[in-house]
Amino acid sequence: MKRIKTLETRKLVGETLKTSGCGECQTSCQSACKTSCGVANQQCEKCKAE
Amino acid sequence: MIHCYKLNGYNIVLDVYSGSVHSVDDLAYDIISEYETKDKKQIKAEMLKKYANDSTVNEKEIDEVFDDIQELIIQKKLFTKDTFEDKAFDFKKRNTVIKALCLHVAHTCNLNCEYCFASQGKYHGERALMSFEVGKRAIDFLIENSAGRRNLEVDFFGGEPLMNFEVVKQIVKYARSIEGKFNKNFRFTLTTNGVALNDEVIDFANKEMHNVVLSLDGRKEVHDNLRKTITGKGSYDIIVPKFQEFVKRRGGKNYYIRGTFTHNNVDFTNDIFHMADLGFRELSMEPVVCDPNEKYALTQEDLPKLFEQYEILANDMLRREEQGDPITFYHYMIDLQHGPCIYKRISGCGSGTEYMAVTPWGDLYPCHQFVGEEKFCLGNIYDGVTNQKLVEDFKCCNAYARPECKNCFAKLYCSGGCAANAYHATGDIKGVYNYGCELFKKRIECAIMMQVAMQDMSKE
Repeated sequence: MKRIKTLETRKLVGETLKTSGCGECQTSCQSACKTSCGVANQQCEKCKAE
Repeated sequence: MIHCYKLNGYNIVLDVYSGSVHSVDDLAYDIISEYETKDKKQIKAEMLKKYANDSTVNEKEIDEVFDDIQELIIQKKLFTKDTFEDKAFDFKKRNTVIKALCLHVAHTCNLNCEYCFASQGKYHGERALMSFEVGKRAIDFLIENSAGRRNLEVDFFGGEPLMNFEVVKQIVKYARSIEGKFNKNFRFTLTTNGVALNDEVIDFANKEMHNVVLSLDGRKEVHDNLRKTITGKGSYDIIVPKFQEFVKRRGGKNYYIRGTFTHNNVDFTNDIFHMADLGFRELSMEPVVCDPNEKYALTQEDLPKLFEQYEILANDMLRREEQGDPITFYHYMIDLQHGPCIYKRISGCGSGTEYMAVTPWGDLYPCHQFVGEEKFCLGNIYDGVTNQKLVEDFKCCNAYARPECKNCFAKLYCSGGCAANAYHATGDIKGVYNYGCELFKKRIECAIMMQVAMQDMSKE
């Protein structure tokens, strides 16, 4: 596409609560912030292993 | 839902429910912005008028943009519908297992920081140290309640955890002695103010701690203003050389230099740059969370200045990236391809369900920020979680729990925000801490802009 560039992103569409949520990832607040939650900067443990 | 914004010369379109990110030119930006509110004929007429002096824009070009938008809609990358909302409310029924504990090994501190949310480590109670027996039982409790979850996290927190270092060592030794038997992998974190760091602690932490969080607020005058020793002197000169030695010997393992900024240092990027000048590369800087009446509390007037600071930081980080000497800022770490799954994005940080804090005497709280608030006591490590009603409340405390979040583009990045912040700002864990939301949204915009910019850089 000439005027629209799409970045590669994880496809959330199609993910269900059954196929995602293994829960092996780090707990959000455990890492560095300690006073404000955000999940965006967490990495998927499954993706890391692959 | 989409979110369109311009930052650092980029036009960015976020498709909220697919997680897609598009970098577009001006014409596409204008068309996408109006796509859902006006018809094609109207948009076309407006564009031809607006771009009358642009020779690259004509009817054919506009049609092509409309075709591209259609294509992206079919691919479910633009104007994607929300398919998660109905499922989110089933969360109450989901089975959760506990996978992380924050062990308050010391409700006491060797610093007397004015802004401490834990009130100098005491959490509004008495000074106390966790015994090894309590710590050991906490490890057993975590294993018993973690079902098939292999990776378990334990954070040594306080107060100042190094004031109880012998017990920290004993707890780690115990956990390591049984993790194989139960097919678990413990990941320990130590959060410390650095005052009690010495060679023994450094060697131990670099061997056993998956991550260390080292508290430093930045420039000496900023740090010393609020982070004082018991005798009222600044702690900067005591801790900085120790942190430098610690990180030097860490051998590439995770660490964070973590600061807090307040109304006193709204120009907090200078503190982050100071951390970088000291040789640190993995950095985190958090807005102070405190009573709005405190003299160092952030104000509404600070907000535009803080937005500007986040932009300055993002641009400077891009410059450093290009020069081959990057720094990491916790809130700008975003992995678009390997980031969290939808379950995580909806369910949030896990406080009160997957993550709990343990007091020195073994009581359980939803997280470290609730410790000391008696009505949030969930139970204890001996009898287990007895306040199931509270667990259910936290289970439902997700991205879809707050009406205020309904039309927010950031909800699948923050999952509704921090329950403790919400409680302290509104009296309700399902409330909204607006100030935090504003900062969060700005940080996400900057973080995504950096991804767009870095992709541009990699193509050059």
